[in-house]
Amino acid sequence: MARVMPHSASLGGRLTGKQWALLVALIVALLLFPLIDRNASHVSAVADAGYFVLLVFGLNIVVGFAGLLDLGYAAFFAIGAYTYAMVASAQFNLHFNFWPMLVVSACVAALFGLILGAPTLRLRGDYLAIVTLGFGEIVPQVFLNLDKYSGGPNGISAVDQPVFFGHAFGFNPIPYYYLYVLAVGLCVVLLNNLRHSRIGRAWMAIREDELAAQHMGINATTTKLMAFAMGASFAGLAGVIYAAKLTLISPDEFNFSVSVTVLAAIVLGGMGSLLGALLGGVLLSLLNFLILPQATNWVHEFGTAIHSNLLLGLDFTNYRFMIYGLILVLVMLFRPEGLIPSASRRAELHAEELAGPKAAQAEQAEYGEPGVP
Amino acid sequence: MYALIALGYTMVYGIIELINFAHGDVYTLGSFFSLAILGMIGVDGVVHGPAGILIAIGVIVLAALLCGIVGVLIERLAYRRLRNAPRLAPLITAIGVSFILENIMQLWKGPTPVPFPQFLPDPHFSAGSVSFDAREIIVVAVSVGFMILLQIVIYRTRLGKAMRATAQDRDAAQLMGINVNATIAWTFFIGSALAGVAGFVSGIYYGSTFFYNGYQAGLKAFTAAVLGGIGNIGGAVLGGFVIGMVETMTSACISDQWSVVAVFSILVLVLVFRPSGLLGEQLPEKG
Repeated sequence: MARVMPHSASLGGRLTGKQWALLVALIVALLLFPLIDRNASHVSAVADAGYFVLLVFGLNIVVGFAGLLDLGYAAFFAIGAYTYAMVASAQFNLHFNFWPMLVVSACVAALFGLILGAPTLRLRGDYLAIVTLGFGEIVPQVFLNLDKYSGGPNGISAVDQPVFFGHAFGFNPIPYYYLYVLAVGLCVVLLNNLRHSRIGRAWMAIREDELAAQHMGINATTTKLMAFAMGASFAGLAGVIYAAKLTLISPDEFNFSVSVTVLAAIVLGGMGSLLGALLGGVLLSLLNFLILPQATNWVHEFGTAIHSNLLLGLDFTNYRFMIYGLILVLVMLFRPEGLIPSASRRAELHAEELAGPKAAQAEQAEYGEPGVP
Repeated sequence: MYALIALGYTMVYGIIELINFAHGDVYTLGSFFSLAILGMIGVDGVVHGPAGILIAIGVIVLAALLCGIVGVLIERLAYRRLRNAPRLAPLITAIGVSFILENIMQLWKGPTPVPFPQFLPDPHFSAGSVSFDAREIIVVAVSVGFMILLQIVIYRTRLGKAMRATAQDRDAAQLMGINVNATIAWTFFIGSALAGVAGFVSGIYYGSTFFYNGYQAGLKAFTAAVLGGIGNIGGAVLGGFVIGMVETMTSACISDQWSVVAVFSILVLVLVFRPSGLLGEQLPEKG
């Protein structure tokens, strides 16, 4: 372990020059995408990936950085979406402006994060998972049952769409697309700084060894609360944009499967890794919005061609959750650090392989590569 | 019935400290297996007399066996490799397994509730002003019977002794010549078999089954296990009955819609104020 630490420390630093170049290229590509691809449904699909990536980032703070398994994350997403929808629709005849509500909803979600977290964060890890799971069940149920305020099972429709200096967003996906790119970009910068700040290091210390961290003078409860509130605020933010783009929300959009999908993205990408979270989020939403429907289309076309009813009956979108489940199990079994692991997490999981003298060389080979986050 | 499912949770948690999220789905699988077996022997209507009881016993045994095998497979394929991994890894894997099972069942029987043949006669009894169905008696009798059986297995047999030893200290148990892997596999077998029994009983009781049943039933059963003190067999039984009561009371007194909220609120409250449960002992967090 002693050998691993200096390497992981150097790799745990901020983005290197090469990575910045990659990032800039990515940003340019993202900005140009709607101009090149004129297919509105593609732009819309990528924009939908945006809210998902925001959720993945938020949960990554909680699960990846602080090591707290939150299985009710969709609840905060729901709270954010409902907060906006209630004050920006005909529900109460209130029509608040979209932009300040971004901040307000994020704060409301964070507040609920605090309310849930304050009593429960002292619990052991797996109990916390169950309590958050319960919370994730309660919140949509409450929205479902309080039909006077939330529209019950029908949800809230005709949610106001944002207006930017007199320019209405309408149903055109392009402005939402740019809004998401902006939000995701801001979050990347924020998270990258946050990770190496005092609180970010405290989160990771708690994840690795809570007792040791407390002895170093870290207040475990407030630190965990911060992680919960931060993660929840990301979900709140995502919820507002989601509600505004779709203009319709209902309780069953925020069930357990949303939380698990987000978790699968994090696990796939690599817990605690920023680029990993981005990659995992993008991959899973592509799978969701493009690959599975496309594959189903292809199989159906093929089925029509060879007159096979079996192929015509296949609908890959039905297998979505099985794929998520498989991702969770297989990644955990064969590559627990995810696709793009954070350096410290990799060191932790492969400590045994790296322990011997032979491993030191392997470690050089594996960790010596510059430009790996 | 929650008590039966809760028993499985408690056993697995007691021995390897893992919340087996897939347990609720094994329970649903139990009702699906029973359904398949009944279909195979062609039972459709009410079967009177001893034949019905014989069929019931046969189906219970078969469903329990199949579920037990599934449980052992899950443990062997997914959890065993992760026994020494960081804490979150097996938990996340368990969620994954649960999703896979749900999907398999959905593909098997479709995304709608499936009717369960009511082959046992269902006379009403009444004692004074209280009336109840034969079905309700069957549920209670089967549950209590299996609990007594489990109690005997755990406290009176070699296997039970090995299980208790493994739960206390896995390494020491191994040093004492206990085959830890086999013991854990047996624990999964028994826990899952009980879930299979619960699955059959639920089919008889509710008259239908649904691939997504296990998720909420599993959560409620887990609440029951926690309420009673996790790792504690008697606690699981007590918790199961309390949760069942709370659910019925909320449905009756407030409204059906709030019963889920009530059950989970209890879960949160218990975990916050008395994490060791009603009958549990205080356990420090293991590293």
